[in-house]
This record gives sequence, structure tokens and C-alpha cells, in this order.
Amino acid sequence: MIENIANTLSGMQVFDIFQSMTLGLMEPRSHLGEAMMNATVAADDYRPTKRDYSLIGRDARRAVEIGLSAAEWYHTDVPRKQMKELMKRDDGPAIRDTMIWLGVLIQSGAGGALLWGSWWCVPFFLVYGVLYGSSTDSRWHECGHGTAFKTQWMNDVVYQIACFMIMRNPVTWRWSHTRHHTDTVIVGRDPEIAVMRPPDLVRLVLNFFGILDAWQAMIDMVRNASGRLSAAERTFIPEMEQYKAIRVARIWLVIYLATIALAVYLGSLLPLMLIGLPRLYGAWHHVMTGLLQHGGLADNVTDHRLNSRTVLMNPVSRFIYWNMNYHVEHHMFPMVPYHALPKLHELIKHDLPAPTPSILAGYREMIPAFLRQLRNEDYFIKRELPPTAQPYREEFHAEGKTTAE
Amino acid sequence: MTEWIQACDAEDVEQEDVIRFDHAGRTFAIYRSPDDDYFATDGLCTHEKVHLADGLVMDEIIECPKHNGRFNYKTGAARGAPVCVDLKTYPVKVEAGKIFLQLG
Ligand code: FES
Repeated sequence: MIENIANTLSGMQVFDIFQSMTLGLMEPRSHLGEAMMNATVAADDYRPTKRDYSLIGRDARRAVEIGLSAAEWYHTDVPRKQMKELMKRDDGPAIRDTMIWLGVLIQSGAGGALLWGSWWCVPFFLVYGVLYGSSTDSRWHECGHGTAFKTQWMNDVVYQIACFMIMRNPVTWRWSHTRHHTDTVIVGRDPEIAVMRPPDLVRLVLNFFGILDAWQAMIDMVRNASGRLSAAERTFIPEMEQYKAIRVARIWLVIYLATIALAVYLGSLLPLMLIGLPRLYGAWHHVMTGLLQHGGLADNVTDHRLNSRTVLMNPVSRFIYWNMNYHVEHHMFPMVPYHALPKLHELIKHDLPAPTPSILAGYREMIPAFLRQLRNEDYFIKRELPPTAQPYREEFHAEGKTTAE
Repeated sequence: MTEWIQACDAEDVEQEDVIRFDHAGRTFAIYRSPDDDYFATDGLCTHEKVHLADGLVMDEIIECPKHNGRFNYKTGAARGAPVCVDLKTYPVKVEAGKIFLQLG
């Protein structure tokens, strides 16, 4: 539908529509043509208004009405033969990585527990925390897609373990991530936008220690365990799946209550250092890498090259993150398992913006953009394409900043 | 009334793969299993109407390219979230190296 819009209107008119959408000036209309005619008028009446990120709010309705939700997204052309090779599943890499992950997790946890009471436990808990509170973000993600292992039950087992540790209800988050892939960074539709505009910097900093996320996860767990789902959860979890979210929340609640009871009984924080608290003290790595995925880039576009970021990283971070640093590639082709993403990157990089060369470079680009968005929430970083790439539609980027600046 | 429609050459579909076939405003997916049997289903995923022919065939499973939803392409059965609704299947026959679909 977006393509149809572009074919029938001039570039400036289309820009007006997208600007109006993001400025929140268009009122919901039941008829697409009427909404589009009003859009041009509304853009002249510029005044900054906040985006409505609610999944049942104004921007959510608008995205559906103008066809920005569930739209056709840009894909780089890859011959079927090569794509089949890349999509091929293999248990080997994920079994190896899972053995390393769980092996080091258990050893560091045991080391920390044995040395509890002395400062020597600190390095053990630093490792344990990252493997518990950060590695599980990527394990949740890859196993949720069902691409990490070839054997489906292995994906399911690791998915459940990772969900518990990262405090994401396996049912709720499977469906929220499905929506994230349908409507990536579409305001009002994507439930997984990490940095909303204008950015809440206090929230971002607190989440490096998992504080707000874990607190929210606990509230959600208790609400779900009591048999209730929020209105937002009901927008993306089909009715037939909702009882599963409630069942898992009840099991988790029992585990956390048992852990707290043990801590009280022993008069020691140690049980909580092993279960629960690592989601706080080990969260920093997954927040650090996760913010890079879409932070500071365009919203309300239908081209992952514009709203996602590929970042080159050191091998340790890539192990923790299971190659999700190839984020444009993952969004374009979610069927490709994490271990094949570097190959996919090589194959399609001629059609993508140059990857951000490091985590540090990513933050150097992103932090000034966040600060600028505090004053002007419509500001975003414009990705530059190499000359070999298929062009993207310029109207998306009329107000952006080039990475070359 | 049902009729057999010639879709493509049997050789057009690689082993353990799928191709798209459009006919009379409808779209279908034609599969060749690892055992060289042929099957056909509706061409669009029941979750969000994405072409399954861009997906991955593994044994008797077709995995959707958009959210990795899985179906058994032999029976059309949905095999877990995010697909909840089964795919419609169609009888297939191979004659003189050509694939025919019986459309309901
Ligand atoms: S469109 Fe097929 S699984 Fe979502």
C-alpha cells in the first residue's frame, strides 16, 4: 500500500504525509484517500506533538489506517539458491555455544557462591551476571525465531530457560517480537521500541542495571499470575494463547517466592544473587548492544536499512549477543540463523549502509542524536547508502542527518 | 466443480524446496519433498499473508519467511505460534513430467 501511495503522489506530498504522521497531526480517518488529502494541509500547520507509543492509541490506529502497519518492506535481492544455503539449519554451532554458555554460567555461579563473603566472589558474579542477565537476551531471541538449532525441541528448551532468566514471559514476548518484525519501529504498533522519542535518558541509564525493566517484569508477572492480561498484551497475544502466558507466570512466581523464602531462611542474599538479581547486575551488556539496534534512526519507514543498525563487534560481545549485531541483515531475512549472518552480511553489504565500525562508534553517533531529540523529537540519523545499493525513497529522510556529517 | 490445472514442469521444483504458482488471481505454493513427492497448498501464510515460496522447506515442514511460522505442507497443519490457522492443501498429480493441481 505504501508503494501505491508513492505512485499516486509527488515526493513532497508523500513527505508531508509521513511528516504529519510523525508529528501526530492527522486525525484518524476511516478512508485512506481522505486522510491523505488532509495530510498535506496538516503539514503546513507544523507544531511538534509527542508520538503516541500506546499500542491502543492514536498512532496505532493511524498506522493501520494508512497501511503503514503490515506493509511491504524492502528486501535486497538474493538468488534463491544462495538464500537456501544461508537459511539452512544446523544443530552444531548452537549446541557448541550452549555448552560453553551453560558451562561457564554454572562454573562462575559456583565460584561466586563458594567465595561468597569475600571480595573474590566479585569477578565470578560479574561473569555470571552477564551470562544470566545479558546472554539470555540473544538466546531468547534466536530460539524464539526457531533458527538457532535445527531440532525444534532444543530451541524450545533454551527459549524457556532464557525467558526465565531475562524475565520475559515466553508467550507474551513471542507475540510481541512477532509484531516487532511486522511493524519494526512503527510508532504505536511496535511493542519493542527501546528508545522512544523524545528519549527518556534516566530510564535508559537505569535500565543498564535492569532496574525499570525488571520491576516492570515483576509487575507483569504478578498481574498475569493473577489471571489478568493488560489491554496492550491482548492486542498482540491471540485469545487461544493467553492462558499459556498466565500458566508460565504462575510457575515463575512460585520459583521467585521459593528463592526469597530460602534467602530469608538462610539469612543470606546468596540465593537471590544466583536467581533474580543477575537480571539487574548483569543487564548492562544486553542493554548496551540492544540500544544500538535501532537507536537514533528513523521511525515509521518500511526499509530496515533506514531504521536498523549493523555494528561490527569484538568476538566476546558477538558470542554474548549471538551475532545480532548484524541487525539490518536479521530484520531483512529473519530465516537466516545467527551463525550464518556474517556470510549474509558479506553477500548483501553492497546494498546496505556501511556497518558502524564499533560499539563505541555506535554510541558516538547515537548519544548526540538522543540529546538532539530532546529538543526536536523528529530528528533522526540518516543512513547513507553506497553507490552500489538500490536507492531508498528520499522522502523518508528529508529531515535527517547524514552519517557523513 | 473441480478441475486439474497444469502448473509447471516437475523439474522446476528442486528437491526439498517450494515454488510459487499464480493462477486466476490466486497464489499457490508447490512443494517437492525429500522423497520426490509433490504437494500444494495456498501460497500465502495464514498469519500475515506472506508468500510461503520464499520460505524454507525442511522434511515435511514449510517455514514462513516473515516470522518463522511452521506448517506441515503435506496436511496443511499449523505447527505452533505465530501460525494458528491451518493452510488449505490441494491434490497434486504428475503426468508426463508436468505438475497438475486440482483446485476446489
Ligand atoms: S506471516 Fe507467516 S508466520 Fe507470520
